[in-house]
Amino acid sequence: MSDALNELGQHIEMKRPDCVLSFDVTGGELTMNVTPANLNGFVEFLKTDSQCKFSTLVDITAVDYPGRAQRFDVVYHFLSMYQNHRIRLRVKIREDEMVHSIMDVHPSANWFEREVFDMFGIIFKGHPDLRRILTDYGFRGYPLRKDFPTTGYTEVRYDEVQKRVVYEPVSLVQEYRQFDFMSPWEGAEYILPGDEKTKEDAGK
Amino acid sequence: MMDGTKNFDDALTGEQKIRNFNINFGPQHPAAHGVLRLVLELDGEIVERCDPHIGLLHRGTEKLMESRTYLQNLPYFDRLDYVSPMNQEHAWCLAIEKLTGTEVPRRASLIRVLYSEIGRVLNHLMNVTTQAMDVGALTPPVWGFEEREQLMVFYERACGARLHAAYFRPGGVHQDLPDDLITDIEAWADQFMTGFMIDVDGLLTENRIFKQRNVDIGIVTEKDILDWGFSGVMARGSGLAWDLRRSQPYECYDEFEFQIPVGKNGDCYDRYLCRMEEMRQSVSIIRQACAKLKVEKGDIMARGKMTPPTRGEMKTSMEALIHHFKLYTEGFHVPAGEVYACVEAPKGEFGVFLVADGSNKPYRAKLRAPGYLHLQAMDHVASKHQLADVAAIIGTMDVVFGEIDR
Repeated sequence: MSDALNELGQHIEMKRPDCVLSFDVTGGELTMNVTPANLNGFVEFLKTDSQCKFSTLVDITAVDYPGRAQRFDVVYHFLSMYQNHRIRLRVKIREDEMVHSIMDVHPSANWFEREVFDMFGIIFKGHPDLRRILTDYGFRGYPLRKDFPTTGYTEVRYDEVQKRVVYEPVSLVQEYRQFDFMSPWEGAEYILPGDEKTKEDAGK
Repeated sequence: MMDGTKNFDDALTGEQKIRNFNINFGPQHPAAHGVLRLVLELDGEIVERCDPHIGLLHRGTEKLMESRTYLQNLPYFDRLDYVSPMNQEHAWCLAIEKLTGTEVPRRASLIRVLYSEIGRVLNHLMNVTTQAMDVGALTPPVWGFEEREQLMVFYERACGARLHAAYFRPGGVHQDLPDDLITDIEAWADQFMTGFMIDVDGLLTENRIFKQRNVDIGIVTEKDILDWGFSGVMARGSGLAWDLRRSQPYECYDEFEFQIPVGKNGDCYDRYLCRMEEMRQSVSIIRQACAKLKVEKGDIMARGKMTPPTRGEMKTSMEALIHHFKLYTEGFHVPAGEVYACVEAPKGEFGVFLVADGSNKPYRAKLRAPGYLHLQAMDHVASKHQLADVAAIIGTMDVVFGEIDR
């Protein structure tokens, strides 16, 4: 299985060296790091090449790494029903960068790209209808970014006096708790009261 | 004047000029199968454009999952496609097991197959019968829900909950099945095949009204399947024999005997026939799994870091007690990596893309729901159909908003 995928990876890398940065096969899955430039052409190639035939788009999503200069990974999954194999493309982009929409090649990318835009604020160049999709009408912010709080910023309720739904800033009776059960031996960094003194002592 | 030589221009005012009409379908409409809002542009009774507005049931599952441990995330999967809960859990367990390299014990694997197929029957029962209701038949859902009720009792007897099962766990299943439950499932299978299936078949398959409403409606071609990323019955109804259980076998599906029904015309009626046949095939798999479960006993969890110790062990061993406590507070750690695991859910390919960073919580989890793509193609499939066909098409696309909106 992984031999065939390795071969496939080499084949793609040989054919399109301008697009492929690197590839690896882990756990029976082929992952390719791809440049954002000419993504459209590359996806088209994957679809039409007789050895690849990745005719079905399975998924588009993104992963946020706020610590990195190239903040987002945009991840594409493709499936070939004819050759019975899958591929994952990973495109690294900066926060201010745009990705080219692949809707011309796979019309099914439409909602996936809208969702990624909705959740991460990544803009897809050439998408004809880049509206929000899952969040509320008039929603602000990009919920799946790591710096977006899980509670969000606004809450809604029905106001009896005004007879309509009103939006208000979130007010929590108790702070939203993130339990950290990591063992202190395995990397959780607890700062116990008094701990700061040891550092001061060490400085002396 | 009356001989038709003169036209009636003089009587035509600006109001009477024919224009397209926009209507709002849903969000509360019995045929929308949940909270779907469609903005339909109609030319007379013909649908010109269809814009689905989704997200009314968006609960931010993916965001919530990032702040919970792997085990705490499992119950969220029951709430995605709430018609067949365990099939979703399966994908999550497979993703974790793939990353950790866990081998599931034989008996657990069989139980998973058994309950995945029960989930498939649950789903198709719901879909076939309520789709029939959308096109005017009232009896099938009443019968179907009775069968579903019995199946949910089997769910309850295995895990204690009718819907929100949380039964498939990373490393196996939560509890072993008692012998009498297996006997009862077998008895149900006989009763189901001789009773319900024949009744519904007789009521719907050659029914004139049912055929008029479904034959040649919502035709899907092979090109549509590829362009719009269809999977499951939406693909098989058009003749593509694509089933992940067969083409990319997971669990122990490769040792079961079953046929993959395919349609010919790709219309709503063929998809109905496919679902009916899939139910029969599922019942056959259920029978095979029951027969195997009767003879093959053993543990139902890969005992180790990921799974709790047995109660008996906890009563005698301090280490087991500590392990149990740590497992249900801190949770287990999954080695860093990325994985995509998918199962043939009743609606199509349900996948989980999991990015683990080595801690006890997923860094990112993306849920790939089949209904999301099916509904996306609504504009493509429903255009140039009558307004009444929209209900039939939504029904046959098998959309459930728990998984689409996430």
